[in-house]
Amino acid sequence: MLKGQKRWGLFFFLAPVVLWLFVMIVLPHIDLLIMSFRIENDEGQQIWSLKNYLNFFEEPIYWLTFARTAIYSILVTFLTFVIALPVAFYITKVVKPKYQGFLLVLLLLPFWVSELVRVYGWMILLRESGVINHFLLKAGLLKQPIEMLYRDSTMILGLVYTSMLFMVVPIISVLDSLDNSLIEAAYDLGANMWTILFKIIIPHATPGIVSGSIVVFMLTLGNYLTPNLMGGKNSLWFTEQIYNQFIASFNWNQGSAFGFLLLVLSSIVVWLGLKLTRQNLKKVVQ
Amino acid sequence: MIRTLPTSKTYNRCFKLYIVFYFFFLFAPLFVTCVLAFNDSQFPSLPWKGFTLEWFTANLPQRVGIFNDQINLDSIWVSFRVAFFVTLLSLAVGTCASFLFEQEDFRFKQGLYFLMLAPLVVPGVILGISILLFSNTLGTHFETSWNLDVELFRPGFWLVVLGQFSFIATLVTLVVSARLRKFDRTLEEAAMNLGANRFEVIWHITLKFLRPALIGAGAVAFLMSFENFNTTLFLVGYEATLPINLYLQVRDGSTPVINAISFLLIVGTSLLALLNLYFSRKSK
Repeated sequence: MLKGQKRWGLFFFLAPVVLWLFVMIVLPHIDLLIMSFRIENDEGQQIWSLKNYLNFFEEPIYWLTFARTAIYSILVTFLTFVIALPVAFYITKVVKPKYQGFLLVLLLLPFWVSELVRVYGWMILLRESGVINHFLLKAGLLKQPIEMLYRDSTMILGLVYTSMLFMVVPIISVLDSLDNSLIEAAYDLGANMWTILFKIIIPHATPGIVSGSIVVFMLTLGNYLTPNLMGGKNSLWFTEQIYNQFIASFNWNQGSAFGFLLLVLSSIVVWLGLKLTRQNLKKVVQ
Repeated sequence: MIRTLPTSKTYNRCFKLYIVFYFFFLFAPLFVTCVLAFNDSQFPSLPWKGFTLEWFTANLPQRVGIFNDQINLDSIWVSFRVAFFVTLLSLAVGTCASFLFEQEDFRFKQGLYFLMLAPLVVPGVILGISILLFSNTLGTHFETSWNLDVELFRPGFWLVVLGQFSFIATLVTLVVSARLRKFDRTLEEAAMNLGANRFEVIWHITLKFLRPALIGAGAVAFLMSFENFNTTLFLVGYEATLPINLYLQVRDGSTPVINAISFLLIVGTSLLALLNLYFSRKSK
């Protein structure tokens, strides 16, 4: 009786989960892989071919965009880390404990707001008729308004801004568990600030830094909104190539190949990140 | 260095200044967006031409406030409906997954667990296109094999719901699992000794215990769905959700109506965030 119940319980929980993971995740990705190896021939039939991948390597615009997206994503991840570490350190170790909760709420609040609204905010700040130009003209620092939007640097600014949360939160949670007496001991033994930073703080924070970096890298790589709106026509982000193939050219096979390449890149980087620091995904998400 | 250690004044000042700058950087775009929603100007830019509520309430030929802007109101309603169904579905399946991974044992459990985490490391755009492809494949198959035209397989409302559900359910699973791990299983044994069966125990005891986590996860799921852009972009039909609709407007030039909507979104999400914080504090 009890055993039967147990089997039923397992089945009751297992069925919806298996259905979800196979129908919504596994099968669509298999379909993506299959589609990427097929093309439409002159008679309008789908045949097997490697052409989609050959196109990618033969057209410099495609693989250059791909490389550019990857390199900029690494840059964004690094910048986000450099900006986030002092903030996380300040909140966990420096500020008076009574302000800690307040600062933490303040830190999280903007990220509950839609990415679109945040990017839009930057657009009205930075554009030619924007708020920053208005103040610079008023102050006499500029004679002519300048277009600050649609540059690589603003695109990177936007991407760093959008992904900040995913770096700050994991670092805060690891620094929280760092014993203050370690820092005190090092200080008493004569270590300076940089030694403490590189010998104690960063090694201790590595799990948080890795999980933050993985999430930031992945989100930046797959971001469409921010490069598209803040980088404009020159943004050349790989997700835009995918979008163009799917929606504009209606070449789904080519788009699938691009999508699969992006998926492979993001998986490799996640895997490498985990391997290099000897972590596993299960630990990182918790 | 840290609270307990002596530090130089310059060090403290520099650090404080850095933090002030950081928060300025964090809030500047949101603040400007909100302020310009009340500017009496045709464009969302300075100079300041006086305070007005017209971008919310007006219904004039040259100025239609958000409360009279049918297209935007429709898209808000679509987003609400999508978020409602996504939350419901993700909570149901996510809770099942938490019970499965925390309380059951079966072969391939490890493998299935990693599969459950996969949506976290798959970029949203890829998730969108693969679900689009797969639904299209299924649709074609149904049509050629059985001459059935299934609405669900074409881009539209339900495909958006399913696409968002596919990764939001993972988040729900993680939040609910974290709480379920703290559950004292002797309570279950006690109830079973008193004659309750497994489902009665779950219904009357475990789910009561999980309630704060379910509310928190529900709030997060609702918001994630309401704001999702990347996955939705590929699955949307003629009923645009709010982020898609706003994106199209922002891309083609902007009016302060967008600021007015943004203002409402910022106020709404902040309230939801604080409420969620309140509940998660309470559950600890």
